[in-house]
Amino acid sequence: MKIAVCIKQVPGTTAVEVDPVTGTLKRDGVESKLNPYDLYALETALRLKEKLGAELTAFTMGPPQAEDILREAYMMGVDAAVLISDRKFGGADVLATSYAISQAITAQGPFDLVVTGRQTTDGDTAQVGSEVAEFLGITHAASVTSIDGVTPAGLTVTCDLPLQRMTLRLPFPALIAVEKAVGEPRLPSYKRKLATAGKPITVLALKDMADGDESHYGQSGSPTRVVRIFPPEADTGHEHWEGDGTSLADRLYHFLADRKFLQRIG
Amino acid sequence: MDYHKLTQEDVTAIRALAADVVESADIHDDFCHDELAGEPHRPELLIRARDTQEISRVMKYAFEHHIPVTPRGQGTGLVGGSVCRLGGIMLDLAGMNRILEIDEENLTLTVEPGVLLMEIAPAVEPLGLFYPPDPGEKSATIGGNISTNAGGMRAVKYGVTRDYVRGLEVVLADGRMIELGGKVVKNSSGYNLMQLIVGSEGTLGIVTRATLRLVPLPKKAISLLIPFPTLNKAIETVPKIIRSKAIPTAVEFMEKSVILAAEEYLGRPYPDKSADAYLLLTFDGNSRDEIESAYDAVARICLDNGAFDVLISNTPERNEAIWKARGAFLEAIKGSTTEMDECDVVVPRKQVAEFIKFAAGLEQRFGVRVRSFGHAGDGNLHIYILRDELDEATWKQRLGEVFETLYSRAREIGGQVSGEHGIGYVKRPYLRESLGDDVLGLMAGIKKAFDPTGILNPGKVC
Repeated sequence: MKIAVCIKQVPGTTAVEVDPVTGTLKRDGVESKLNPYDLYALETALRLKEKLGAELTAFTMGPPQAEDILREAYMMGVDAAVLISDRKFGGADVLATSYAISQAITAQGPFDLVVTGRQTTDGDTAQVGSEVAEFLGITHAASVTSIDGVTPAGLTVTCDLPLQRMTLRLPFPALIAVEKAVGEPRLPSYKRKLATAGKPITVLALKDMADGDESHYGQSGSPTRVVRIFPPEADTGHEHWEGDGTSLADRLYHFLADRKFLQRIG
Repeated sequence: MDYHKLTQEDVTAIRALAADVVESADIHDDFCHDELAGEPHRPELLIRARDTQEISRVMKYAFEHHIPVTPRGQGTGLVGGSVCRLGGIMLDLAGMNRILEIDEENLTLTVEPGVLLMEIAPAVEPLGLFYPPDPGEKSATIGGNISTNAGGMRAVKYGVTRDYVRGLEVVLADGRMIELGGKVVKNSSGYNLMQLIVGSEGTLGIVTRATLRLVPLPKKAISLLIPFPTLNKAIETVPKIIRSKAIPTAVEFMEKSVILAAEEYLGRPYPDKSADAYLLLTFDGNSRDEIESAYDAVARICLDNGAFDVLISNTPERNEAIWKARGAFLEAIKGSTTEMDECDVVVPRKQVAEFIKFAAGLEQRFGVRVRSFGHAGDGNLHIYILRDELDEATWKQRLGEVFETLYSRAREIGGQVSGEHGIGYVKRPYLRESLGDDVLGLMAGIKKAFDPTGILNPGKVC
């Protein structure tokens, strides 16, 4: 069994500032880290490997320094690492990013299973996983909270959707985007760090893709236009209520219901 | 010593001096004990202090009428220090909780005593400043931390609360207000009374304002979680780490049973529980490279000494998963039994391994469940004796025997009764045994100089 895991390097802090002049994220001098949601994707794949025996390949797209998180994936236990990196991939939106990743997975494939995290902490779209699956033409499930069974033909998963829980059987090849509930991610190992220190990382550029048409990648392949980036307004308003427990509870209920924070189920 | 019992007349008089006064019958049970399970003591009067002037007026009245006064923060102590054991007034300082000043030129922070430890980091860290003391109980007040000279998990590298107190405003037993220390870095001006107040558990004066020392915030911290096949192997590695001259901020040890209890308590799985024992180390610094080169030698020492692996926690999410559980150990152990008591002994670092082994052996010897975790790097151990289903008489008897055995062994190897929780009233007999009459006599003399009539937190410390 071959499993691909998609991971991303993101800023090390959530308090990223926006440059007031250019409207872009200030990334200079900000430490980076492996996207926390992707740790659950790695953990899911590693557990499948432990259970069934599988070969894991981690994929990431980014500048050369994104190699750091592939090294970290090695330290967690993946067997191979692929860096999708080319200046021509720069400025990609969700669509162009998903396309480049699907091309890279195809180039290294075939894979039985692709595992992604729910979303990244910098882009926050939660769309790349599903779009990669669409480009690969494979079945997929998002919001996966547990893997309930695996056979050579496919896997059964539970998806936690806002109003219901769904159990799906997916035939391989498939892609799943997993939630935190899949299990606490293991920590990187120093022993593996020593063992994988010189281990090669495959770099894939445009020339390595089956589709070499530059206009499908990077900024030119991105229909999205970012007009402005701005930090959300912090809402620090507060109200102070006094009263007995019953009347306060009643007031709180209506306050939340009026603002549609509560939803009647059933 | 006989104290004056409060009359309705006193209550009326005190109401004219202080704004927020609660009479005995209306005092919530929470104020009758601390986190230690012991017999409750109800204050005769609870005053929620608003400012120093008010405290001064109350102390003056208490001094003139010979009424005991016990200061209290959040009541998170473990030795009964903030319990009105002999009645009188409880002075609740939790409401005096303003951060008064962050002085970026003197690198100081000035706070009222009721500020919570957990409120300090969010206030100073965005400015690139750091208050290093890191006791596990983050909801304790800074006043309580000062009163017990709280230690915490960064003591190996940074020291304890005492090392970060620069100045104190103190109300004396008779109501006079004094300032000790200040924003100065050096000070050789006579006896250091400020440091006498630190760790005095409210027996010498009431701390009403504190100026704390800050340091530049290290930009990054990486923790290592190191699984070992046995507790012995883990603990025996600690002196070798210390000897390597690497300076981790923390060296904690823990056993699987405590991790499992914390998992259950928090409802959250721990990142690794494959081994029976762990060391948990943290290194801080300004860049990943700097920290990695600092921990590299330590990681190799651990592997050479039988560690299964060295697991690296290098992001805030990973650190939180590990340290949140560490912070919950006390509550988790408490939740696993009916009643417990603790021994907060500190021994020379070289003897840590030996002492932990000794403590672990008491479980079999006395037929009572013993759990421990603690600061292996600074020699301060937290050993918990759990009652489980023992009947009252058996529990008291075995607890006494275990305590006696632990403290006398600690004394033999150069240890002290309390590393960071203080003496309160529970550890007084052990303090006397440990320090002897000469030292206790000097302490009593100091107490007399500050509090000649003995109204400040009576029955505590010495």
